[in-house]
Amino acid sequence: MELSGAQILLESLKREGVDVIFGFPGGAVIDIYDQLPSYPIKHVLVRHEQGAIHAADGYARASGKVGVCLATSGPGATNTVTGIATAYMDSIPVVIFTGQVPTPLIGNDAFQEVDIVGITRPCTKHNYLVKDVKDLARTIKEAFYLAASGRPGPVLVDIPKDVQQAVTAYKYPKTIAMRSYNPTYEPNVKQVRKVAKLISQAKKPIIYAGGGVISSNASENLTWLARTLRIPVTATLMGLGCYPGDDPLWLGMLGMHGTFAANHGIQNADLILAIGSRFDDRVTGKISEFGAKATIIHVDIDPTSIQKNVAVHVPVVSDCKCFLETLRTEVEALAEDAKGGADRGPWIDLITQWKAEHPLCYKPSDEKGLIKPQAVVEAIYRLTKGDAIISTEVGQNQMWAAQFYNYHTPRTFISSGGLGTMGYGFPAALGAQMAFPDKLVIDIAGDGSIQMCIQELATAMCYELPVKIVILNNSYLGMVRQWQELFYAKNYCDTCLDVAPDFVKLAEAYGAAGFRVTDPDKVESTLKEAFALKRPVIVDVRVDPEENVYPMVPAGKSLTEMILV
Amino acid sequence: MRHILSIQVENEPGVLSRVVGLFSGRGFNIESLNVAPTLVQGLSLITICTIGDEQIIEQIIKQLRKLVTTLKVVDLTKVKSVEREMMLLKMDAEGTKRAEILRIVDIFRCKVVDVSPDELTVEVTGDQGKIQALVNLLQRFGIKETARTGAVAMKRGMQE
Repeated sequence: MELSGAQILLESLKREGVDVIFGFPGGAVIDIYDQLPSYPIKHVLVRHEQGAIHAADGYARASGKVGVCLATSGPGATNTVTGIATAYMDSIPVVIFTGQVPTPLIGNDAFQEVDIVGITRPCTKHNYLVKDVKDLARTIKEAFYLAASGRPGPVLVDIPKDVQQAVTAYKYPKTIAMRSYNPTYEPNVKQVRKVAKLISQAKKPIIYAGGGVISSNASENLTWLARTLRIPVTATLMGLGCYPGDDPLWLGMLGMHGTFAANHGIQNADLILAIGSRFDDRVTGKISEFGAKATIIHVDIDPTSIQKNVAVHVPVVSDCKCFLETLRTEVEALAEDAKGGADRGPWIDLITQWKAEHPLCYKPSDEKGLIKPQAVVEAIYRLTKGDAIISTEVGQNQMWAAQFYNYHTPRTFISSGGLGTMGYGFPAALGAQMAFPDKLVIDIAGDGSIQMCIQELATAMCYELPVKIVILNNSYLGMVRQWQELFYAKNYCDTCLDVAPDFVKLAEAYGAAGFRVTDPDKVESTLKEAFALKRPVIVDVRVDPEENVYPMVPAGKSLTEMILV
Repeated sequence: MRHILSIQVENEPGVLSRVVGLFSGRGFNIESLNVAPTLVQGLSLITICTIGDEQIIEQIIKQLRKLVTTLKVVDLTKVKSVEREMMLLKMDAEGTKRAEILRIVDIFRCKVVDVSPDELTVEVTGDQGKIQALVNLLQRFGIKETARTGAVAMKRGMQE
């Protein structure tokens, strides 16, 4: 079968099972768009390439499948870079196709030429410039394989215009073997046996779970382990949803804005099982004091994550699910009284006491009658009962969304953790909605972040993606303002957003619905009304402008040096 | 501590910038760098001399292995190995200096690879210590120009 490069791309996408791509056309990809209508692939036309890459990322996080994004050369390609870096930091499988100027023009500073392979080298798992159409099919196969296997990540394929037009015999490889790439999935059994023994001997163990548990679909295995051996669980921002948020052993998120119980749990534990997490500075606080009393076991599929920030006692290179399955076998081989769950009563009691004495809290609305942003998130939880997909922007809105909503299912919390990309939440919500058309998808936003990708309201309208945007509007870049208040003598330099659009009218201008809430008593009823609509909605909730995110561990302090409410 | 890493990579466009970009992006040091194709079609060997404590070196090695184009990374500092660099030195060699320079060249078993009425170009091969010793000896005659390779190294056949 003789096909052009453009046809090869689309045919290969079809064979990879891709049913939707997010993109934006341009001169260097017209050939692909010219062929697009002949293939059973839905194309979502965004309004900015950043929207395309975030949507592909949100689609991947919600569905577990590889997200696909298409952009033209030059500015189209560079507009995806923030989103590529976002996916890279959070290990999200995305494949990005970019058009490139024709091969004879590469290096000549041609119109809309940019060295996107050079630019994205440090923020992709791997990338390719395809110079010969004969290499295209194999490259696409490799790109999908690399994106989804091992530690997942974004892979970019740059395709010059003449390669899209060139014709060659098409054969899509069935399997792929790369001599220089062999991720380790299965753990070393001896190491796992050692882990089982250490856990059984621990009096005060804690599980510190991360995004790896979600990306390897290991939540059920983790839940079994925690419940069977009675080990309390905390998770990173990326790990939220990996363990039921209403379970007695659940401690909440740890780290800078973590719960009292989680942070004290880590600092008092005699054993930390870090699984699919990477000891990020927002999690560890002062690194030399993190879990100082504990034997630390670190399970990660990426060897570079291990011993990078914290010296651990037992490293295990493994896929989280494979590890937990092997560990289960080892645990079950132990005699009932040797499993160690029995004498953990005092530890569980202590943790339960911490949870009861220092729950997440905030000062309720006073006589000024200002809406508390935390109460808005709680109302969203009451209305959805946790049965929604929540995406967030970045900043205070993100932390409140992480704290005051009990996630009980993996892939229901979608947030830019590592890179902290403002503008991520809304396009990511569109991607998630595309993956699950019948689910309620809510972007918990701030008035700052939402303006960074607000143009995608047109995309939401065009494809009837009924995403609900709840803006916790405090007229500030709130998280930066909070730092200025606490650490920069209230010098609120350039964090006040007193000039802002009327978000209700803005929604209406796009044809979406808009609501505004200023009365604490009307929050829940307005949200209920908004969530019932089968179309995109903005709910502009005017919240207490100077509300802060607490607890807070100031940067560089030990996890238990918390500022409480 | 100084480590010599031998890195086997796919010989394809951009592979060197992946390796070098990793070092600059993560703040690792490169003291010297050498790269050339091997006798095996499609494979190149990169030899990097770097400095760091054990934890940094472990991280460098893991990060190099993580690159999709890397086949193998060996820390030659951990095994018995031979190490060589080459340096060309253009010497001011007028009048009486000439004979003395040639004597030193002889003692060091170096070669003179270019001659002109007032200059000599000397080629020296050896480990860092030998090269430095030669440079120290020749300095007083006036070194006009130098060019130097990075280290290349190989594991010895017999290990303890």
